[in-house]
Amino acid sequence: MANSGQAQASGPRTLYEKIFDDHVIVRRPDGQSLLRIDRLLVHEGAFHGFDKLRLAGRSVKRPDLVFAFADHYVPTRAGPITDPEVINMVEMLRQNCREHGITLFDRGDHDEGIVHVVAPEQGLTLPGQLLVCGDSHTSTHGALGALAFGIGASEVEHALATQTVWQRRARTLRIDVGGKLSKGVTGKDVILAIIGKIGANGASGHVMEYTGSAIRGLTLEGRLTLCNMSIEAGGRAGLVAPDDATFQWLKGRTYAPKGELWERAVAHWRTLPSDEGAHYDREVSLDGSAIEPTITWGTSPETALPVSGRLPDPNSAGSAEAGKSISQMLDYMGLTPGMPVSEITIDRVFIGSCTNSRIEDLRMAASVLKGRKVAVPTMIVAGSTEIRRQAEAEGLDRLFAAAGCDWRPNPGCSMCVGMNGDLVPAGERCASTSNRNFKGRQGPGSRTHLMSPAMAAAAGLTGRITDVRPMLDA
Amino acid sequence: MKPLRTVSAPAIAIDMPNVDTDQIIPARFLRKPRRPGYHLYLFHDIRRAKDGSMDPAFPLNQESAKGAEILVADRAFACGSSREGAVYALVDQGFRVVIAPSFGDIFASNSVKNGLLALVLPEATVRSLLDQLKARPGATISLDLEAKTLTSPDGKTIPFDVDAYVRETLLAGRDDITLTLEHAAAIDASLSRMASETPWLMPTKA
Repeated sequence: MANSGQAQASGPRTLYEKIFDDHVIVRRPDGQSLLRIDRLLVHEGAFHGFDKLRLAGRSVKRPDLVFAFADHYVPTRAGPITDPEVINMVEMLRQNCREHGITLFDRGDHDEGIVHVVAPEQGLTLPGQLLVCGDSHTSTHGALGALAFGIGASEVEHALATQTVWQRRARTLRIDVGGKLSKGVTGKDVILAIIGKIGANGASGHVMEYTGSAIRGLTLEGRLTLCNMSIEAGGRAGLVAPDDATFQWLKGRTYAPKGELWERAVAHWRTLPSDEGAHYDREVSLDGSAIEPTITWGTSPETALPVSGRLPDPNSAGSAEAGKSISQMLDYMGLTPGMPVSEITIDRVFIGSCTNSRIEDLRMAASVLKGRKVAVPTMIVAGSTEIRRQAEAEGLDRLFAAAGCDWRPNPGCSMCVGMNGDLVPAGERCASTSNRNFKGRQGPGSRTHLMSPAMAAAAGLTGRITDVRPMLDA
Repeated sequence: MKPLRTVSAPAIAIDMPNVDTDQIIPARFLRKPRRPGYHLYLFHDIRRAKDGSMDPAFPLNQESAKGAEILVADRAFACGSSREGAVYALVDQGFRVVIAPSFGDIFASNSVKNGLLALVLPEATVRSLLDQLKARPGATISLDLEAKTLTSPDGKTIPFDVDAYVRETLLAGRDDITLTLEHAAAIDASLSRMASETPWLMPTKA
C-alpha cells in the first residue's frame, strides 16, 4: 500500500500538485487517491449528508476540523425566521452540530454569514490546505492558495465519517492574465472575460491556476471573486499562489496561527507557489489591460460580453445548434439579436452573494452610488455580520439608504439562490453581482445579468446596463 | 446501491448545451428529505409550459420516454450547483446512464455514489446518438459496462473508456465508506502528521 504524504513526483511541480501530494494517504493503481481533508465546511443543506451518516450508524471522525454555517436558506430581512421548513433546517443543523461537537457560526452570533465569506475572514482557510464543502462555490477558497472544491451529499457523508475524499489528479490549466487592469475593471470582470473566452466547460476536468501581473495586482477580495467562479468555467478548483498580500491579509485573523506558529506557517507557505518550469496541461492567456467592464446577456456564464459589445445573432452563430442555443437564450431573456449591451434595461439590482459581498465590493458600489439616487429597486447584502458592521462603521449603510437602496440587516446567500425569500419576480431583469445566470436561478422566470458591484450600482442608477467608468472619480 | 452491469433500454435525447443542475432540479425542492419520489422534481420548470402544464415538446413528457433508462445530452450537462438532488431526481425517474460530451465535475462524482453512470463520449459520437434519438425517440441503446461497449440505435457497437474506479464501483454497487475504512490506520497516521508536522493547520481560536 502506498502511504505517507511523502510520495512526490520528481521535477518541478505546480502549486496544485504540491498540495495534492501533501494530502495523499493512499494511491490506487487506477489513479484514484485518498486525500486527507484539513477543513470540512457544511451549511444547512448538509442535512442530507448528516441523515445518511445517521442511517448508516456512523459518527463524525474529526468534529474539530468541521465548521458549520447557516447561509442558503436564512432570510436577510430583520426579525426571526418564519418559514417552518427553514426553521426546521436551521434547527437540524444546530442539533447535528451539538450532537457531533461541531462549531457552528449561528444566526445571531457576531461572526456568522456566507460560508465562503466567513471561513477566509475568520482565518479558517489557509494556504496549502485541502478544504471541501457541500457547495460548488467552494472554489472561492483557492484565492488563498488552498485546494478547495465542492462535493455532493454522499461525499459530505464520506468526509464526515472519514475526514478524507477520493480524487483523481486533475489536469492543470494555467490562466495567465498579463498587463494591468484599468480603473473600474475588477476581479469579476476578469473571471467573466475568462469564462467568455474558454466556455462554461472550458476548464472541465482541470484545476485552474491564475497567474500574471493582473492577478498579482488583485486584492485578496478580488482573488476570492475570481476563484469563486472557477466552477462556472467547469473547473474543479481555482488557485492563486499565496504571496505577501495573502499573508498580510490573513495575519491576525481569529483562527489564523499566531506567534512562532505563524512564522513557521509562512515559511512553509512560501514553498507552495509553482516551481519554475512546472508543466501545465493547458495554458490560456489574456491581456488584462484589454478587459472592459464585462456582463452576461444569456443563461450561461459563458455569454459574457464587454459593456461596449453587441448581442450575438443566431443567424451568424456558425452552426445550427449554436444558433438554436442563442435563440433560446435571447427568447428567455427577452432580448433582440444584435442589440447593444448598453440598451439592456434593468428592473432591479442585487449586490451580494459569495462572489461579491465583501467590504471592498461594498466600498466600490458606494463610490458609484455616493450622492446619487437609484432608479430601480437595489438590494445590498453584506456577506457576513463582520462585513456589515465594518460597512456601518464606515457609514456605507447611510450612504446606501440616502441613495435609496435596501440595506439588509442579516447576511446570507440572499437573491443569488432564490430559496430564502429574496427573489426576482418572473419576467423581471436583475443586474446581479452573483455567479449564476441560469434560467430561474433567482426565482422562477427571473432574468439575470451578471456583473461587478460597480457595474451593478451603475445599472441601479440609470435603469440600464451602463459603463461605470465615467462615473468613477478620477 | 444497485450494481450496474448491463443496460438495454429506451433512450431519450435532451439536445441542449449547458443544462445546469438548477434546470435538472430547481433549488426550492432541495429542502425535501431523501425519500423515493425525487423524480417529481426532475426538469420541473423546463418541462412545463408557462401556464404550468406539461410541455408536449419536452422529450421526457412524450410517450416514447416511457421506461427510458438512458439519457443522452449535450456538453456541460449538469454543470453548476453541487446539489446531489439532480442525481436523485434522475435515478428516481429510472435513469441508469447519462451520456454527454462533458459533465459538471461534481455531478459526475455524485452519480457514482448513487449507481448512475455519467458516461463521457466524444462530441461526434454524442451528436450521432442525439440525431438518431431525435429521429426515433425512445429507441434502444444497449450498454455493457463490463465489456465497455455500447450499441447505438443504428446497431453500431461503440467501445468506450471509463475511469477504472468508477467502473469497479458501479459493477460492485459498493459503498465506498467501507472501502475507505480499510485504510483507517493510514488515515489516522496522516491526521497525526498534520498535527505534528503542520501544527498551524490545527484550528485554534485566538
